[in-house]
Amino acid sequence: MEQNTNIFKRIGRFYIEGFRNMTWGRTLWLIIFLKLFVFFVVLRIFFFQPYYKGLNDKEKAEMVGRKLMK
Amino acid sequence: MELLSILVDWSRAQFALTACYHWLFVPLTLGLALIMAIMETLYYVKKDEFWKRTAQFWMKLFGINFAIGVATGLILEFEFGTNWSNYSWFVGDIFGAPLAIEGIVAFFMEATFIAVMFFGWNKVSKCFHLASTWLTGIGATLSAWWILVANAWMQHPVGMEFNPLTVRNEMVSFVEVALSPTAVVKFFHTVSSGWMTGAFFVLGVSCWFLLKKRNKEMALRSIRVATWVGIISSVVVMTTGDQSGVDIAKNQPMKLAAAEGLQNGGQRAHFSIVPGVEVPGVLSVLATHDIDGYVPGINDLINGYTLPDGTKQLGGKEKMVLGKQALADFQAYRAAVGKDSVAAAAAEQRLKANMPYFGYGHIQNAEDLVPPVGIVFWSFRLMVGLGGFLLLIVLLIAWYDRKGKLADTRWLLKAGLWSIPCVYIAGQAGWTVAEVGRQPWIIQDMLPINAGISNLQSSSVIITFFLFAAIFTVLLIAEVSILTKAIKNHNSEAL
Repeated sequence: MEQNTNIFKRIGRFYIEGFRNMTWGRTLWLIIFLKLFVFFVVLRIFFFQPYYKGLNDKEKAEMVGRKLMK
Repeated sequence: MELLSILVDWSRAQFALTACYHWLFVPLTLGLALIMAIMETLYYVKKDEFWKRTAQFWMKLFGINFAIGVATGLILEFEFGTNWSNYSWFVGDIFGAPLAIEGIVAFFMEATFIAVMFFGWNKVSKCFHLASTWLTGIGATLSAWWILVANAWMQHPVGMEFNPLTVRNEMVSFVEVALSPTAVVKFFHTVSSGWMTGAFFVLGVSCWFLLKKRNKEMALRSIRVATWVGIISSVVVMTTGDQSGVDIAKNQPMKLAAAEGLQNGGQRAHFSIVPGVEVPGVLSVLATHDIDGYVPGINDLINGYTLPDGTKQLGGKEKMVLGKQALADFQAYRAAVGKDSVAAAAAEQRLKANMPYFGYGHIQNAEDLVPPVGIVFWSFRLMVGLGGFLLLIVLLIAWYDRKGKLADTRWLLKAGLWSIPCVYIAGQAGWTVAEVGRQPWIIQDMLPINAGISNLQSSSVIITFFLFAAIFTVLLIAEVSILTKAIKNHNSEAL
């Protein structure tokens, strides 16, 4: 367990130091976080709700079946 | 009907826009991953610090492209659930399984090894670092595999059975889905085109350095790696493109007929280089690997035709009749299920027989079975023409470099620089052939686009189209400006 903790600590330190020592990477991470915010918060919540949200599988089958028979 | 047409057109435009932008980032990720891994391998084997610095430079450009491109493909998945909900339900787990595997593989492999690749210099062993660099590229390539499996299934659905009760396709053979010949050919063709993109990007940037008389050693030695990758990947692209042609002739003959503008087919079918310039027999060779091979034209595929051995092939009009029958059987099954088991079983049996034509039941006019010929025809020529041009450029660069004259041959260096937009245009044209050429199908023969769409307000699709256009344009501007800044500021001697 002690050894495992050390491994986890070392991995954690590896990432923290990596992020801390970044130069041009900081701008890129900012872009990544901004982009993910826009995708998952703005677009997903306000514009891209699943069309059949709230329906169970039987209801979805019924809806799609009806559309296909039109 | 007109409202549906507007909705379908805007939904398609939105998907096309997203996919085109996404495909600007992916091929460079695939290609640069290979090239920087080769360079780091040279560092590991030769123990030459030069290759470490060079690999680090290309890794930096890889990182910029990766950071800006990452997650752009997720928008496509949002669109499936919102704009194409009938399709998403109809495909069942067949589409979901490869995409889920892709998500897991991409996340774990790339998140782990990309971090080691960027943060691990001098912190992990050289061998582990090298392995991480290769695994970053392999992770990206495996991601591409699963995406392309899903796409290939839409082009040639196999390994499933339609369940009329759940209105979903259920996977009966994972191996058949994952290793269908269409998927295998598509994977190698697409990934090798990504390697080409990486190779010509490195060539173009290196040519720019030579034109500016900067970073000369790094540029020349990068060019040597890139020319090898460029030549080999060009040959793989051509070979798999040939295989893809045979696969399309077999499974999507209308796409091939549209790509050739072939109205009436036959044996020894001619290949049009451009309209009016035709080479007899070449299309038969490309489509069947036999000069006497029969290639049906658009009219044959609509009206039906007879193969040289006397076998009759159904035309689109006959398939539409069978498709209407399939829809009637589907309706009969849905009406009888839970009430009359005998009638339901009989309807299910009949449906199974006509299921290969299910999608044709939604087609109103036989002419709707023909994709936009002009777009497919010219996109194909653009792809092949640019592919040939790029191969010529890389061969010339290799030749002049071998002669030691490359750095002074400015016209070739300029051509090398211009090969960057050319390789992107060729890739986009290739996807245009693949995706526009399969219209009107969202799933070949099983579901046309107008049956796969959600009943949304077209105005909301139009709004999100322009929203995406704005977001992706901002991302593209960020990509180009950060990349050019990183390239312009690079001084290999100062490292």
